Amino acid sequence: MQWETVIGLEVHVQLATKTKIFSGASTAFGAEPNTQACAIDLAMPGTLPVANAEAFRFATMFGLAVNAEIGKRSVFERKNYFYPDLPKGYQTTQLAEPIVGPGYVDIELDGGRTKRVRIHHAHLEEDAGKSLHEDFAGMSGIDLNRAGTPLIEVVTEPDMRSAEEAVAFAKKLHSIVTSLEICDGDMSQGSMRFDVNISVRPKGSDKLGTRTETKNLNSFKFMEEAIELEVERQIDVLEDGGKIIQETRLYNGDTKKARSMRTKEDSNDYRYFPCPDLLPVILDDEYIENVRKQMPELPEAKRARFVEQYGLGDYDAGQLTADKFTAAFFEASVKISGEPKLTANWIMVDLGAYLNRTEQRIDQSPVTPELLAGLVVRIKDGTLSSKIAKQVFEAIANGEGDADTIIETKGLKQVSDTGALEKMIDEVLANNAAQVEGYRAADEAKRGKMLGFFVGQVMKASKGQANPQALNELLVKKLNG
Amino acid sequence: MHQFTIAELTQGLRRKDFSSIELTQHYLDRIARLDKTYNSYITVTPELALEQAAAADKRLAAGDAPALCGVPIAHKDIFCTTGVRTSCGSKMLDNFIAPYNATIVENYLAAGMVTLGKTNMDEFAMGSSNETSYYGPVKNPWATDCVPGGSSGGSAAAVAAHLAPGATASDTGGSIRQPAALCGLTGIKPTYGRVSRWGMIAFASSLDQAGTLTRTAEDAALLLNHLASFDPKDSTCVERDIPDYTATLNNSLAGLKIGVPKEYFGEGLHPETAAHVEAAIKVYEKLGATIHSVSLPHTHLAVPAYYVIAPAECSANLSRFDGVRYGYRCENPKDLADLYKRSRAEGFGDEVKRRILVGSYALSAGYYDAYYSKAQKVRRLIKQDFVDAFTQVDVILGPTSPSPAFAFGSKTKDPVAMYLEDIYTIATNLAGLPGLSIPCGLVDNKPVGLQLIGDYFAEAQLLNVAHQFQQATDFHQQTAPGIE
Amino acid sequence: MAVDRSDIAKLAELARIAISENTADQVANSISDVLALVDQLQAVDTDGVVPMAHPLDAVQRLRADEVTEPNQRELFQSIAPATQDGLYLVPQVIE
Repeated sequence: MQWETVIGLEVHVQLATKTKIFSGASTAFGAEPNTQACAIDLAMPGTLPVANAEAFRFATMFGLAVNAEIGKRSVFERKNYFYPDLPKGYQTTQLAEPIVGPGYVDIELDGGRTKRVRIHHAHLEEDAGKSLHEDFAGMSGIDLNRAGTPLIEVVTEPDMRSAEEAVAFAKKLHSIVTSLEICDGDMSQGSMRFDVNISVRPKGSDKLGTRTETKNLNSFKFMEEAIELEVERQIDVLEDGGKIIQETRLYNGDTKKARSMRTKEDSNDYRYFPCPDLLPVILDDEYIENVRKQMPELPEAKRARFVEQYGLGDYDAGQLTADKFTAAFFEASVKISGEPKLTANWIMVDLGAYLNRTEQRIDQSPVTPELLAGLVVRIKDGTLSSKIAKQVFEAIANGEGDADTIIETKGLKQVSDTGALEKMIDEVLANNAAQVEGYRAADEAKRGKMLGFFVGQVMKASKGQANPQALNELLVKKLNG
Repeated sequence: MHQFTIAELTQGLRRKDFSSIELTQHYLDRIARLDKTYNSYITVTPELALEQAAAADKRLAAGDAPALCGVPIAHKDIFCTTGVRTSCGSKMLDNFIAPYNATIVENYLAAGMVTLGKTNMDEFAMGSSNETSYYGPVKNPWATDCVPGGSSGGSAAAVAAHLAPGATASDTGGSIRQPAALCGLTGIKPTYGRVSRWGMIAFASSLDQAGTLTRTAEDAALLLNHLASFDPKDSTCVERDIPDYTATLNNSLAGLKIGVPKEYFGEGLHPETAAHVEAAIKVYEKLGATIHSVSLPHTHLAVPAYYVIAPAECSANLSRFDGVRYGYRCENPKDLADLYKRSRAEGFGDEVKRRILVGSYALSAGYYDAYYSKAQKVRRLIKQDFVDAFTQVDVILGPTSPSPAFAFGSKTKDPVAMYLEDIYTIATNLAGLPGLSIPCGLVDNKPVGLQLIGDYFAEAQLLNVAHQFQQATDFHQQTAPGIE
Repeated sequence: MAVDRSDIAKLAELARIAISENTADQVANSISDVLALVDQLQAVDTDGVVPMAHPLDAVQRLRADEVTEPNQRELFQSIAPATQDGLYLVPQVIE
């Protein structure tokens, strides 16, 4: 049987506010355990929450970015369950009246296909703390620094049909929240976490199969692996005549294995009800418009602008605007060099490969926008051949200075000077008299092929620094006598 | 000195008839000598009190002290006090030393008041007799075989036995007004949002409100001047001008329209209590007020709605007591579930557990609409009754409690009978209105309370109406037998 | 609505309160009594009435995003039942 995969995502996005959603404690990552857990975060008796305005501004920005209706009235509710990382015994979240209503995101897939993924809603809520299991002789240690960090949970419709689509959506979401600067996007620190709801059904069916939820995936790679593994598992189960059990699963990125965490039967009855300590939050049109006006440029708008302003192809513009750091790097560099196309190529090809190889982020690249611009200028004005430019790039990356310094100290300047070239050509022709005879005796068609030999010899003599265009012209002239 | 009202004490301190240290020591001595009988305090803080009194004397000597400077006060043990055990009447918090002050405690410290200690209460403020306290029942100074009311029974007994000139208290369904009635005191529950809830251990967040128990309405006004504040730490606290509540105490009541709800005089009301309330109405007529019959048709639904909403909120509010970060933790938990279940089973008393279970039930899947949602709708109907009534009258008057203080153990076996103690007080909490109880007579030598309910934020008017009654009568000056 | 032992077991699990076998019936009875009291609500017509979660029709105030809370770990953990290396200790959490 042919199977179709159906995927919906729940994405937890940590908001980059300075303080918690309901307290004035810092949200900075990496502090000593429980040093950023204040009385409110610890759920000390008699403490009360007060909502953070910035969390609402960020959530509103997000809503506008995903083309959603903003909840002008949003209400916090209590979701009741016991867990040591949840100090109040309930999570303050939104259910019936969330801050972000239905919206959508368009994603791009291989082969230039695009697809619309609908957002069911997104709500504000508080993050939980962390349980640490090592080193406590059968006990767990609880760190509540993260407790109360603001999150938006983005819930999609089950619109994705493959791991590729899910990952494309996840990447798009990552690009949106980092461009808006509402999330630092650092997945290794848990700033974005994905829960994936997966089911399969016979192709052509419009009935949804029983789904499982794989929780807390914190990289695009793990997400892809986990989806593929789970789809395979479900198909195996169904083809063996079994049934899918609705359950929560955990994927281990190290062992590449997944296991069941709990089934729906033992799932909690969360007893949601409106939080009596918090009042409805009312946002008016003026507020929403102000947020819209102050919003950083979104990737899609930036992409269109790159095509328009820099004359880039749509694909290149898409690559460069996929994350805000790359886009910022590009713009800073072009501002100096005035060479958008060349700069785009260098960022996407050589710089991209270098950063990948050395596992560095573009905003921390040792090849700065200024240094790249210096290189591009020298390519454009003919000082460097593209081959030599690659050498210069490596030297820049090694911290040997800017392009001009490296060209100077290594003597890498391209030889375009006619006199010097002529001298080299004359020598080569003199040393290869037989080949010159052969060339001159040959017809046009053969000459073309034979020319390569002489170009190679002169290039060798110039240590690769001969300007190929100038060399070609002069050589043909001399050979033709 | 313990016979003086707070108003009289402020004058005595200013005239240097006595110092705050002398006054404080006098109260501490009385507590040490007499509270064995009443059990009104859970914790007495003599060192702290004398330190604060010394500071108050300095401020008084400097001449720029606030009105209440140097006057002692007792705080219900529901209010967090820095460095002092704050138990909420529960074994769960028997070892809880609060790391911060409640805002109202802070307000009174700023005003120079002296904290004598923390008063006994029903566990987590759940009760109407003070019999659910982990620290044992409080005795009513008027009749030591009877309850003082609850949940603020310790605060009421302390003031009635002259072991404090005034005390803070909290009221979720009648927990200030009913003990005021049963102990012959003036008790005020302000409008929801008038007083900060920061540092007041939550029972039912949308109903809880802090107030005071005093001997007179004038004292209540003096205390409310500092109790009321805008607190950015409480989202439900209202930013609104705070009048000088003493300024309008002497306003004439001529032309005042008093509404008497017929639903407050039905079945279950003790006939002699009814008679005293009728007599109070006559006093008001003499003072120039006009009496109007009003109807609050959903009154009979207040107790049922309350016993869904309050347990629902408390079931979540009390989840934080889990034995992990503070408070009681069971011995040798065998696993996490055991830690939770035993800490909570051993740390909470029966009434608290009952309400948590009822609340969990009312919110659980399949019952939410029938219980919680339904109760919230009825709550709106109850509020609307009051809104309608206040289009016709200025204040509403009725009994505070169906009957005077009852004997220990007489209602503990029947929770529902206990719940009906608050039948006249609970609706004001659901609506968020201010309410006040003042003494209006004795039945079998036990006090009867007269309840006055005001419109939103009309505390000044309520206190004026209460004060005028106390100018015309002397019920508030009667003290329990045996209190010298 | 009346509840029985099995309902009580479910509620006790939700609320994480141990209830012993020999008190379960008694607890069930007293909770049934309370539910009988609140069942009076069912008779009221509330069609079209909006549930009221707060007594005042007030709106949430929002707080500026400024750090106001200092590190008070030592103070807060001085009243904790069990801590180690700044962490609160609980019996092993199994995920």
